[in-house]
Amino acid sequence: MGVMRGGKKGLRLAIASGKGGTGKTTVTAALASVWSQALCRPVLAVDCDVEEPNLHLFLRPVIRRAETAKLEIPMVAEAALCADCGACRELCQFGAVTVMAGKPLVFPEMCHGCGGCLAVCPTGALVAGSRELGRIEEGATETAGYLAGRLRIGEAQSPPLIRAVLARLSKVAEPGADVLIDAPPGVSCPAVTTVSGADAVLLVAEPTPFGIHDFELAVEAFTPLGKPMAVAINRSGPGTPELLALCRGHNLPVVAEIANDRVVAETYARGGLLHEAGAHYRAVCFALARSLAELPQTAREAAHV
Amino acid sequence: MSEIVVLSGKGGAGKTSVTAAFAAMSRNAVLCDLDVDAPDLHILLAPRNSRREPFVAGHLAAIDPARCDGCGECAARCRYGAVSAADRDRFVINPAHCEGCKVCVALCPRQAILFTPRTCGVSAVSDTRYGPFVHARLDPGAENSGRLVALLRQKAKALAKEQGRSLILADGAPGIACPVVSSITGATLAVLVTEPTPSGSHDLGRVAALCDHFKLPTAVLLNKADLNPDEAARIEDACRDAGRPILGQLPYSPDVTAAMAARQTLPEYGGPLAAALAEAWDNVLALAAAPKPQRNLF
Repeated sequence: MGVMRGGKKGLRLAIASGKGGTGKTTVTAALASVWSQALCRPVLAVDCDVEEPNLHLFLRPVIRRAETAKLEIPMVAEAALCADCGACRELCQFGAVTVMAGKPLVFPEMCHGCGGCLAVCPTGALVAGSRELGRIEEGATETAGYLAGRLRIGEAQSPPLIRAVLARLSKVAEPGADVLIDAPPGVSCPAVTTVSGADAVLLVAEPTPFGIHDFELAVEAFTPLGKPMAVAINRSGPGTPELLALCRGHNLPVVAEIANDRVVAETYARGGLLHEAGAHYRAVCFALARSLAELPQTAREAAHV
Repeated sequence: MSEIVVLSGKGGAGKTSVTAAFAAMSRNAVLCDLDVDAPDLHILLAPRNSRREPFVAGHLAAIDPARCDGCGECAARCRYGAVSAADRDRFVINPAHCEGCKVCVALCPRQAILFTPRTCGVSAVSDTRYGPFVHARLDPGAENSGRLVALLRQKAKALAKEQGRSLILADGAPGIACPVVSSITGATLAVLVTEPTPSGSHDLGRVAALCDHFKLPTAVLLNKADLNPDEAARIEDACRDAGRPILGQLPYSPDVTAAMAARQTLPEYGGPLAAALAEAWDNVLALAAAPKPQRNLF
């Protein structure tokens, strides 16, 4: 894994946070825009925050292909075939299938798509059907490839769509391209599913009491995955020394520090990108891209100190 | 009884600071943090006297290495990529990816897979200076956030009934999936906190559509409104067209972080935000007290 040039595998970096609104999308969009110029390497930007995908609002990609992502779930083929054995009901852990008056009954929204009922139904009363999870979009900006998932409103489960986006990613990425994955907030299954699909992690953290609390949750959640991890501090302010001390304690390199600057907030509010907020921020973004490209190497060296 | 949940779609729009401010102004409420994945409300409410309980939900599959003969049926059946080969004749299950679906357990020809109840976190009922507080923490990477949210709501309801409290005020999770769906089931009003940015307005649209889907009345609070006054005006127009009341506007202000650093709610901290929030809270209470719009009963 890691960065090997010469037609080899590129870096797969997840940009995650714990707390929402710390600047994951700001950082991902800026990196996607400067990456190929800073590193002379192709890059693909991927939005795995499928509940609230926002990357497109800042990257404005041209969409070339869109498809519906589906989850295989059971449907009743012919109720008369049901032997009333109850095997499906007994196996299902999610209350998605039952048998009433000798006929199988499926609750599609409850199903986790494990395929168990289909495997144990002895008569074929249940067959494979599907539920729409959302959409997967592919396209490009002037500087990066683009791939995103968009959860259907009312769909409660986001990990199946995230897995579908990650599966698509392997087919879409140009050989040797680096991949930047905008992760969902939080530290539960959607975030962990996303980060598991990467080979290095950038945590975007803000030095407020909420931000520091959730940063620690994120470190706790992602450290066991054993991937090189670095931190970008956003909206740096009076809490920064505390956050820096925590990073030192966890042996996490801090690869960028972005000021708490109203100009940045206003640029974002207009739909602008971080490196467009001024020459200083442009330099910050280029330096960040270069540090991240070296992250797997840096982490290997740090582990051997 | 009113059950008000504060949501935003986008993270970082100000849900928790707003919920804490409302909590400080509430009378006779049960407070609740339904953002079980990354809970922060406790930082401002300083809970004490916590009565904790482990949260056990679902199961976890684990292969007994003594009985596994390496046939690989489990790996072939698992749809979550949780099973991998430990060596040539044994498989292991990665608990981080196990969905607890029982398929491998049921189909293992040697009955070599154990299926044990899974502790996914901890829930608590605590005291705060504003009343009882129901909260929790999901273990990092854990599943079942929706079930934990449902459990907290159930506890909050029971507590409200027992103590004769007329309001449940809950901080919700970001996003629109399971914990959010679970937090709006049975709520009477959703307060949607947004900001006039491309993400804020896009995510407001999605969380509002989710609430509409579940026929839950909504009202909108515009935070950081002066960051982009044109976008703020567009959001207000869109809300008016959709019949969503606007509760008020708050300016982009360093006071939010300063109050947080002082571990104070905004009404305690004072200043212009406190006044604007007091007006918004009056509007929330008026909406919560208003007769419910007629709903079609199928």
